[in-house]
Amino acid sequence: MLNYVIKRIAIAIPTMLILIIISFLLMHSAPGGPFTSERPLPPQVLANIEAKYGLDQPLWRQMINYVWSVTTQFDFGPSFKYKDRTVNEIIGQGFPITLKYGFWSFVVAIGVGIPLGAIAAIRKNTWIDYLAVGVSIGAQVLPNFVMAPLLVITFTLWLGWLPGGGWNGGEWKYLIMPVIALSTSYMASIARITRSSMLEVLNTNYIRTAKAKGLPASIIIFRHALKPSLLPVISYLGPAFVGLITGSVVIDIYFSTGGMGYFFVNSATNRDYSVMMGITILVGFLTILFSLVVDLLYAWIDPKIRY
Amino acid sequence: MIVANKNKIAEMAENMSGMDAVDGRSLWADARRRFMHNKAAVVSLVILALIVLFSFAGPYFAVWSNEEIDWSVMGSAATKGMPSFETGHFFGTDDLGRDIYSRVIQGTQISLMVGVLGAFVAVIVGTLYGAISGYVGGRTDQIMMRIVDILMAIPFMFVLILMLVVFGRSIGMLFIGIGLLAWLDMSRIVRGQTLSIKNKEFIEAARATGVSGFKIITRHIVPNLLGVVAVYATLLVPGMILTESFISFLGLGVQEPNTSWGALISEGAGTIRYDTEWQLLFPLAFFVVSLFCFYFIGDGLRDALDPKDR
Repeated sequence: MLNYVIKRIAIAIPTMLILIIISFLLMHSAPGGPFTSERPLPPQVLANIEAKYGLDQPLWRQMINYVWSVTTQFDFGPSFKYKDRTVNEIIGQGFPITLKYGFWSFVVAIGVGIPLGAIAAIRKNTWIDYLAVGVSIGAQVLPNFVMAPLLVITFTLWLGWLPGGGWNGGEWKYLIMPVIALSTSYMASIARITRSSMLEVLNTNYIRTAKAKGLPASIIIFRHALKPSLLPVISYLGPAFVGLITGSVVIDIYFSTGGMGYFFVNSATNRDYSVMMGITILVGFLTILFSLVVDLLYAWIDPKIRY
Repeated sequence: MIVANKNKIAEMAENMSGMDAVDGRSLWADARRRFMHNKAAVVSLVILALIVLFSFAGPYFAVWSNEEIDWSVMGSAATKGMPSFETGHFFGTDDLGRDIYSRVIQGTQISLMVGVLGAFVAVIVGTLYGAISGYVGGRTDQIMMRIVDILMAIPFMFVLILMLVVFGRSIGMLFIGIGLLAWLDMSRIVRGQTLSIKNKEFIEAARATGVSGFKIITRHIVPNLLGVVAVYATLLVPGMILTESFISFLGLGVQEPNTSWGALISEGAGTIRYDTEWQLLFPLAFFVVSLFCFYFIGDGLRDALDPKDR
């Protein structure tokens, strides 16, 4: 186990470095510097500004400086567009918001998806099974950017129950639609995966043995069937996490929740490279960290896996 | 009597030679028959064909082209721009007086094109990469797969947007970017299949007769992978369309005057507060129905080509 942990971490570190280097090189191959504007600056002013941001140094030195400050001090440097703000401040403003509705979306996706899939498998070929299968097929073609406007049409314009956007400190009314829009397609995938793996597990010999012993259905399901049928769900959590964090960009834009995605798209249209890189690297870090946790969890739950 | 018998013999001989002409069912014919039995998949295929047909034939029925502006509607789309046959705006207009019908056709063409071309790039790169990695094996395989692992851990949408910002937003860049980042899954699947094929006798025979490694991959291994690749490619196309729509929804993908489903949904979603819901619902319907069709076709193909099922 310890060996496996060390091996996994040994892969995670170069992955992170490669991500930082790729985004750094991408940013530097962009035509036009960050200070190219319609009204050209006098050359001396430009030179001074570039010296201030360290852009007058050779590329390799800039890269080493950047990698160094990111990895040792978690410092992504100043924003190129908002002169008085650092990337860290911008992330600090947006990240807690993304974290809050992202967390609840994750909870909803798992908390609704797993029971829905499990019940569908246990009550196979009943109306609840058909409902679950129907929902999970339907939700496959309803990604967050389709769900979001449909929710606004229904709950804001038609029923008038919920505000159509904004954050207001994360009050529950402002939280509902972002969470539903973000979690639906992942909830559906989790339900589908749980259903098919549960069906497989329910057909195994040891479940038949448990039934033959006369164990009550609740014990068969909760003690014997649920744990092995959750393994594929756990390996799906990594991709689901990436999907949720990517989808948060749409949520921030459409519901004006003011999370990280808003700053990301804003800096993409402004060509504010340092903010874009900062957010990309942070998201990459979270993704790698999360997939590490998922892998370790998987290895811990499934004793058959030995690396 | 004898003459009659002769005739009969000739007839029988003819029948027998006729029977000889009946071929054994090939693997693909078998798969086709199985696919045709899957109603959902066949219906999806027909609907998708109609959508493709519509995207090419639709302009001949349009009253307004996608470049014309109906000045009489401009600024008052909510009251004058609704779908109607009298004005010739079958799907209504947007607030600038542009015809949604023509724009949906244009968006359909572009979204399908990005989906198919993106999947094509991903399939070519992924198949070759996976086949080489699996066939060569050993240390090369380990390094090549480690690279895939590393690239997979990178948040691909963010890097793609970064690329679009750096290299400029164009459709070409979009599908190269999507395709180049989407081949990773493909390469893993192909590698796994290659590993199971490469120890079969016919590969050994090819090697024994001195066929070069690259030729074995392209002539003997890749054709045997086609089933898996076909299934995965049909499931890749909706994935590509989703990615493109996602980026266009954010306003970072396809740029005016071009449009796509994602861009149209984005515009429609931005204006639903002004009572022009047709602007959202028509592109949305095309998007959702097409994705449904692709998924059902992919499922049907998987059932038809799945070797476990035989």
